[in-house]
Amino acid sequence: MNTPPGTSSAVPAESNGDIPSADESVIEHRLHPVTPLRRAWAPLAALIGWAVHDLDQAQRQLAKLTTTSLLLGLAVLVPAAALYGFLTWWFTHFAVTPTELRIRTGLFFRRTAHIRLERIQAIDVTQPLLARVAGVAKLRLDVIGTDKKDELAYLGEAHARALRAELLARAAGLAPETAHEAGEAPVHRLLHVPAGALVASILLSGAAWGTLIAAAVVPTVLWFVTHNLWTVLAAAVPLVGAAGASSVGRFVGEYDWAVGESPDGLRIDHGLLDRTHETVPPGRVQTVRIVEPLLWRRRDWVRVELDVAGSSNSLLVPVAPRKMAESVVARVLPGVTVPTAPVRPPRRAAWCVPIWWRGYGLAVTDDVFASRQGLLRRSIALVPHAKVQSVRLAQGPWKRFRGLADVHVDTGANKTVTARLRDADEAAELLQAQADRSRTGHGKARPDRWMA
Amino acid sequence: MDDAGHAPGGGTDSDDSTSTDAGAGTGTGTDSADPRGGPVWSGLPRGLLRMRRLLLVVWLGPLTVAAAVVPGLLAGPVWGVFALLPLALLLCGWPMLGRNWRSWRYAERADDLLISRGVLWRQETVVPYGRMQLVEVTSGPVERHFGLAGVQLHTAAAATDARIPGLDPAEAERLRDRLTELGEARSAGL
Repeated sequence: MNTPPGTSSAVPAESNGDIPSADESVIEHRLHPVTPLRRAWAPLAALIGWAVHDLDQAQRQLAKLTTTSLLLGLAVLVPAAALYGFLTWWFTHFAVTPTELRIRTGLFFRRTAHIRLERIQAIDVTQPLLARVAGVAKLRLDVIGTDKKDELAYLGEAHARALRAELLARAAGLAPETAHEAGEAPVHRLLHVPAGALVASILLSGAAWGTLIAAAVVPTVLWFVTHNLWTVLAAAVPLVGAAGASSVGRFVGEYDWAVGESPDGLRIDHGLLDRTHETVPPGRVQTVRIVEPLLWRRRDWVRVELDVAGSSNSLLVPVAPRKMAESVVARVLPGVTVPTAPVRPPRRAAWCVPIWWRGYGLAVTDDVFASRQGLLRRSIALVPHAKVQSVRLAQGPWKRFRGLADVHVDTGANKTVTARLRDADEAAELLQAQADRSRTGHGKARPDRWMA
Repeated sequence: MDDAGHAPGGGTDSDDSTSTDAGAGTGTGTDSADPRGGPVWSGLPRGLLRMRRLLLVVWLGPLTVAAAVVPGLLAGPVWGVFALLPLALLLCGWPMLGRNWRSWRYAERADDLLISRGVLWRQETVVPYGRMQLVEVTSGPVERHFGLAGVQLHTAAAATDARIPGLDPAEAERLRDRLTELGEARSAGL
């Protein structure tokens, strides 16, 4: 897929593409026939890029352009683009075996990716706006180490869903004969975010207003100070972009947000223009964070974020009343109740972090390590003991003088949750206890193949 | 076993062998009985301290001489005081390296590896064996000359900073094999 002749940089270790599949029963598929079109804009973009880069010369060239040369150019460019698109499509295959998804691609530089199904952390089916019009979708497996080129783009919409169901069934450990016919698991909807609540939540968020005000004020001030159009533009464009992303962008992305539960795990569907359907199999969630911005507090609304190893999605619920959000968290991390009263650090912590020390808090239950932080924008991070990879205690000279220490808990999603400014003795004890809990906690965790 | 316990303090060369033999054998036995009751710590071999001090002198020694001679000749003898800066670093670094070396210690317990280090900025790391993804033994040319090898543990979390910088190569390999074995036995994945 990503192997244009010339720019390819396939990893040598992976490029053993000529080896035929070990078992002959594996059926190889090609992607949907519209796929070549998704690259069709690339030569055009290059042309536009060149024109923008050198405006004057582009204008002169354009003036010189006659109908014949234009036609000639098109006659070369269009077939070349078409051939390139066709070849990349033709040389991309994928196959599902009982344990792996294999993607074979590349014209000159062969690349074969074997993705182990039991290692799946999440599966996403996404549909950008144009793909929705064409009735196709991208399918992406999140395994630690996969990147953008390991996604299957594009598949027919129905095919993508069927493939997702099959991959999940195989990953779950269902018998290989039945996995193919397993079909989509039934979804039980846990939560849906109404558009009104979403708009209200965006209106009540400091980031949206902050960027909007900055986008309005900074260019105006700059104009009066410098009277230089380019300076104003250079400042305004990124600011307006940021303001758009934090208001309209959020609305478009988080519109129609639905969280569901199925035997295959958690389902998250969202998007106004680009639709995304994420599936996180059971036992893959490494951390859950409940965030409560200052302005939402009166309404008792919260936002829930989650971390899954190897996955870039991080939002579970954009906005919901606390009760509802906590019930969703209880389904995501089975048997976990969100601790209500985290214990503050001792009073002398004020010597290390004035005022804000009051925001810190720690609660350890049988299932989770929960650390709270923030005074205005409160957030509490929950780590199931089973997901703790290592525990660290850190103490600088000033903290030692005050008899305090930090305890860091590292999780597999490359996130670290920290209990700050604990009493030194308590921290030392916590370090040991947390290591023990993390070890024993894993006995209770679900197996990788969640139905086996 | 006691020798291995205070190896960092009484650093003689014979400590290496005791910690290799005794520490390994008894580590599992005592710890599994009582995981909380004081782990059996092992220190780092004295060779590491020697290597670091040698590197310190190799870098700062000539620098001191150069800082004394070059400005002294070019701009007058008073400017030779610049040599005091690297000299001070050298004189401070010498004992600091010793303290830092003494602060590094590790303990293999029944179910996890403990690494403790740092004088002013203390850090203590616990890695359950089941979480280990990869154990790496590395040794550069200078380290090889001093008969040292570093062991680094990787878990699924990149933030896990579990490394032991300089060990006797035999001990490093024993540790690697033991960690791998225990890691397999208790394998837990993500």
